[in-house]
Amino acid sequence: MSDPSQKHQRREHGLMLALVSPALLVIVLLIVLPVGWLAWQSIYHDGFTLENYRRVFTEDIYWRSFALTFEISLAVTVIALLLGYPVAYLANSLPKGWSILILSLVVLPFWTSVLVRAYAWLALLQRTGVINQFLRYLDVIGEPLALVHNTFGTVVATVHILLPFMVLPLYATMQKIPGDLMQAGASLGASPSMTFVRVFLPLSLPGVLAGCTMVFVLCLGFYITPELLGGGRTVMVSMLVSRNVELYNQFGAASAVAVVLLLSVLAIFFAVSRFISLDRVLGQK
Amino acid sequence: MTRTSPARIALYVISALVLVYLILPVLIIAPISFSSARFLTFPPPSFSLRWYQQYFANPAWMQATKVTLTVALLTVVIATPCGVAAAYAISQSKLRIMRIIHMALLLPLVVPIIITAVGIFFVYAKVGLVATLPGLVLANVMLGLPYVVISVLAGLQSFDPAQEMVARSLGMNRLRSFFAVTLPQIKSSVVAGGIFAFISAMDETIVALFISGGQYQPLTKRMFTALRDEIDPTIAAISTLMTAASFMLVLLASARQKRSG
Repeated sequence: MSDPSQKHQRREHGLMLALVSPALLVIVLLIVLPVGWLAWQSIYHDGFTLENYRRVFTEDIYWRSFALTFEISLAVTVIALLLGYPVAYLANSLPKGWSILILSLVVLPFWTSVLVRAYAWLALLQRTGVINQFLRYLDVIGEPLALVHNTFGTVVATVHILLPFMVLPLYATMQKIPGDLMQAGASLGASPSMTFVRVFLPLSLPGVLAGCTMVFVLCLGFYITPELLGGGRTVMVSMLVSRNVELYNQFGAASAVAVVLLLSVLAIFFAVSRFISLDRVLGQK
Repeated sequence: MTRTSPARIALYVISALVLVYLILPVLIIAPISFSSARFLTFPPPSFSLRWYQQYFANPAWMQATKVTLTVALLTVVIATPCGVAAAYAISQSKLRIMRIIHMALLLPLVVPIIITAVGIFFVYAKVGLVATLPGLVLANVMLGLPYVVISVLAGLQSFDPAQEMVARSLGMNRLRSFFAVTLPQIKSSVVAGGIFAFISAMDETIVALFISGGQYQPLTKRMFTALRDEIDPTIAAISTLMTAASFMLVLLASARQKRSG
């Protein structure tokens, strides 16, 4: 009790907690409390009820929207991986100046507002848009193609927004793969494609997992892009939440949908954290 | 040795196409904004500044711009000191609870933003903060905090806390030693974190859709509504200005970070 070093340490702890408290207060009041409120509202309305969850799991519109959201997220993740892997691989294999150029081009759209990019995709993809005009000019098509206000437009724009979240962790992982391993494989007589499949690809898998997790999870909660480019038919879970609040005043149902979405996200993070450190997934942001 | 193999050529072609896909939408907006055409046509028929004029002459757009800039500035002013103090405590303290606090401060990046937005809307509705400036600023402070914390923690990683001990053993108090010894060395990461918080507040749309209203609607909310109703090239002009502002800020932030090494 009277040990001066103990007293000093207690003062030190107090000071550190005081320093962290303003930020913590903001987080508690503006995200922990609101999300807790949602959870409470989803099960309590003049008494405890599971009615909202029963609706989410049994009514058609709800589970169809969840299924569609998971399908779109899966498609976006696979496409982003197929597009992102070659770019990360190339950036990793080129000399430093080139790889910096490629990575800057990858993160450039990152710093453009999501709204601005939704506008750009509308300009490119709509019936009188740049791509349709170009294709008709080339006489490839007679009638303009329906490229936007549907699931296709949503996926194109969503992949565009999420691609940097795929490329950056992939690149970071590839950077750590020692180049001599590939040379060792080659010197033992393996063809370049064989060293890639047997050596490089397995070693890059943690990056694949980190990138896929981030893209999939971010896509699950996407709102602006499907709302503006989906044409009202692509109702993702986030739109279900906002419609229940803004149009139908179904706060309980909106809360239940939000809680199920949040639990899905947390479950994915938890599952992934058993394989790789979460810092690796989140650190790229 | 495999430089010209077909696989290598395919790699170049695919990567080039992906990069075009990434860059094209960013590049297409500026030409549209300088076009005289009412509808989106490319290439634009003739050069014109009419969409910029419409933007600057419209009181509603100007009011929204004022709200966005005010909110972003206040966000930086509040989020930066809070984030720096928190990052300092997290990096210096040996308390076990700090790990949990650190994770809590990153929550805004983990929770899907639509959920945060609806939750804040319900809480604000109870306490009367919907459609107010303080409400909008507070929400953006919360969303911007992780960027400051991450950036400053990275800056503190290369800082040796023994230096601060030396200053204190020479008679400086804790606060003075922080401002005289620590802060100058992590200044770049503090500035970078502040800039990211500014950009985050400037671009924030979803929370604003739910909680802002009346005269306190930021630019992004008005743009979203306009995009849902009809496509007006005024948006292209605003988008071009916003993109230019973001890029300048990012260049500033990365120049800062580079100097700090």
